[in-house]
Amino acid sequence: MKLLFEKSVPNRRGVVPGPSDVRTTININDDLLRDESAALPELSELDVIRHFTELSRRNFGVDTNFYPLGSCTMKYNPKVAERIATYPGFAHLHPLLPQLRMGGMLTQGALAILYDMDMLLREITGMAGFTMQPMAGAHGELTGMMIMAAYHRDKGNKKTIILAPDSAHGTNPASAAIAGYRVVSVPSDADGVMDLDALKSELNDEVAGIMLTCPNTLGLFNPHIREICDLIHGVDGLAYYDGANLNAIVGKARPGDFGFDIVHLNAHKTLATPHGGGGPGAGPVGVAEKLVPFLPVSIVVKRDDGTYALEYNRPKSIGYVAPFYGNFGIILRAYVYVLMLGRKGLARVAENAVLNANYIRKKLAGHYKPAVDTVCKHECVFSTTEKMAANGVRALDIAKTLIDRGFHPPTIYFPTIVKEAMMIEPTETESKETLDAFIDAMIEIAALAEKDPDQLKAAPVTTPVSRPNETAAAKMLNIASL
Amino acid sequence: MPFIPHTPQQQQEMLDAIGLTMDGLFADIPAKLMHKSFDLPDGLSEQQVRNRLADLAGKNSVDLTLFLGGGFYDHFIPSAVYSIISRSEFYTAYTPYQPELSQGTLQAIYEYQSAICRLTDMEVSNASLYDGGTAMYEAMMMALRITGRNKVIIDDSVNPIYRVMIHSYTQNLQIDLEETHCKNGLANRAQIRDRLDDKTAAIIVQNPNFFGCIDDFTDLAEAAHKKGALLVVSCYPISLGILKTPGSMGADIVTGEGQSLGMPMSFGGPYLGYMAARKQHVRRMPGRVVGETTDREGRRAFVLTLQAREQHIRRDKATSNICSNEALCALTALVYLSLLGKEGLKETAQRCADKASYAYKRLTAIPGVKPHFKAKWFFNEFVLDLPCEAADVIATLIERGFAAGFPLSRYYKGMENSMLICVTEKRTKQEIGMLAEALESVL
Repeated sequence: MKLLFEKSVPNRRGVVPGPSDVRTTININDDLLRDESAALPELSELDVIRHFTELSRRNFGVDTNFYPLGSCTMKYNPKVAERIATYPGFAHLHPLLPQLRMGGMLTQGALAILYDMDMLLREITGMAGFTMQPMAGAHGELTGMMIMAAYHRDKGNKKTIILAPDSAHGTNPASAAIAGYRVVSVPSDADGVMDLDALKSELNDEVAGIMLTCPNTLGLFNPHIREICDLIHGVDGLAYYDGANLNAIVGKARPGDFGFDIVHLNAHKTLATPHGGGGPGAGPVGVAEKLVPFLPVSIVVKRDDGTYALEYNRPKSIGYVAPFYGNFGIILRAYVYVLMLGRKGLARVAENAVLNANYIRKKLAGHYKPAVDTVCKHECVFSTTEKMAANGVRALDIAKTLIDRGFHPPTIYFPTIVKEAMMIEPTETESKETLDAFIDAMIEIAALAEKDPDQLKAAPVTTPVSRPNETAAAKMLNIASL
Repeated sequence: MPFIPHTPQQQQEMLDAIGLTMDGLFADIPAKLMHKSFDLPDGLSEQQVRNRLADLAGKNSVDLTLFLGGGFYDHFIPSAVYSIISRSEFYTAYTPYQPELSQGTLQAIYEYQSAICRLTDMEVSNASLYDGGTAMYEAMMMALRITGRNKVIIDDSVNPIYRVMIHSYTQNLQIDLEETHCKNGLANRAQIRDRLDDKTAAIIVQNPNFFGCIDDFTDLAEAAHKKGALLVVSCYPISLGILKTPGSMGADIVTGEGQSLGMPMSFGGPYLGYMAARKQHVRRMPGRVVGETTDREGRRAFVLTLQAREQHIRRDKATSNICSNEALCALTALVYLSLLGKEGLKETAQRCADKASYAYKRLTAIPGVKPHFKAKWFFNEFVLDLPCEAADVIATLIERGFAAGFPLSRYYKGMENSMLICVTEKRTKQEIGMLAEALESVL
């Protein structure tokens, strides 16, 4: 398909800005002006609409296809939340207004939402206070690591190490490293959860804390989670809960009750805000009581007269991780979702997410090799069978064949501790009919993998392009049309 | 229950197939860790939630005439922008890890990267970062990696909101962050040259700067390069419709806040951090990058490339921890730039500057109101000194329906009487006239 720039026609106009109603014209020294106009495309409005509409048809989204990407929680994104985010009272609100004298009174509606969301998330997670500033999950992790560092600095602790399981998302070690820590990986045991003895052998006074998902990336709930948190606290470390997999337990159990000190949530996972093709997300971070003083500024507080205000005077705060109050438009959508589900609805989320994952796990068990053979939570992990492997069939081939059957593939090659991993997270919003159709396709592909592996190697054939040459992409490195 | 499709019968069928009860599915969680009673409200219907949120939206003052900028701007957004980004094939998609079914997102990101390069006169761009502040922080970290040095010089004409963010991010790191104090409204050359040495990784400046003043950093790029340091420039993208590009000044990394390119102000986000750089530094750049290649039939195809820099491959050795970025906001910026096109962006930038110039004349004609800086050139913001405290005047003008500007005392000592005024293409001659009258009447 042609690029926008290749469709450009000299002197064609799209949206034309209104005429100037002032007679003054700028008088800026020529030396400070650009020599030539930026080489942006010259297209009509319809040209632009057609171009992007055509591009949109070259995409799978949750609204078009089942999207069982493990650890990504690609659930349905309620349309009402999209609509509410466009209300002028939210969309047109300037973020600097509250910094004007008495300006907080100009934004009471927005501050009320941030405050109320703080309260709701405290109850959902069992934490004592939240910041809405982090703009994605990984940003929440970095914020959490900064809070951890500030806590240890405040206590005079000299801590240098963050522990993370070998099954952790890559963002965990990356976030810890960027915050200035050395990362030590802790292996999983035969049951697929963190090895307690291995953890004990890594514990010492240098350990600042641990980062964990629970359930983990194999979809397993670690029965020793409370003990792990206690062990970490034993060396004055802090336990960080990566909320990427919270969908499995939301409305049923709370990381705060497990002993975690810091928690981030992915609004674009558990709280149903759209992923946007790679963001924007939101990664609110909650902390236990002893860490509340370290939360970023500002914090929304409710005054005795019922009005809301931003509090900046927090001497132990880590400062600002976002320019203002985080991705407000995303927090707003998540708020709408939580309000609609309520207490009962949130519990149903976890129940049905777990039901769907186990249904798939059970149905596919005879056809693929399960990573573990126990009840899972929100996702289940399989590998290729030995016979598939002998035929040269890889997880990648199964994924690409699923595309031809109209399904977005599961997450593949993750967690890295499982060879040829296929990580399936159906979420609670999918119907039994969809799950059955997916299961049928997976079973059919398993049979093909043994009988006709070449068909799998050729897939996909129904998409606008077949498998792209990724090596050539990195070698040629054409990353901009100039 | 909203958004859950199973009927009770289907649920039972599925439980039977698994061979467990619903409680059995959660039996792996120790009973003492289950939370028995959540203190959460009952769920609301769509009608109830819309009513409640409409009520809350009504408690926000969005009817003020805005002369408030400070890096976050009230620009006109064409209807077609919203029409495109509302397509759920875009907004309900995940990160394009499976290229065959993500060509829409991938090509759009490639085109976005191209548009950012063309706008800034740079060679490479990433797929986006969270916002202008985190983009500046990432640029600083990138400069540290490239040079292997640990000193950074930042002028205080850079947006103070970003400077406090950078200060926060570097608390736990061994970085020597030195601030210079702008002179006559422009980055302080003497102080920067004085501090620039062979330990310096980068000089960070902004154009137009926080005060709206226009600068040319060609001299700073030369000075930085002589010492083996990099020049990082933060730019307001609308201004690049007419202003000299950071690329032509010799900048090594360019970042900025992309909100002005079609995104509503939305009380602080979601916004768009953009980053562009010289090609030689691409492997040290954070964030996703899309590249062009071909498929098995030789057709043009797009893929995520250079992934070996990223956290999901490199883990603790990655160039950044960023995973989700602001893809839909990058698409927004691309659609905005495509709709306005070459001429439209230039005209928009000109309208902003023309109207700001008119407002400057009107407001400086008021007795007692004077320009703060000697710097001659500004884009669409400028600083005025009032005969009294600016914060008071701004508070009074809110009652008259104006967000008249930003009181600089919030971030700068000795600027109690100074206010930063912003004029976008949306403001009319009449609104500017009314502001002038209102300001004169309250002084």
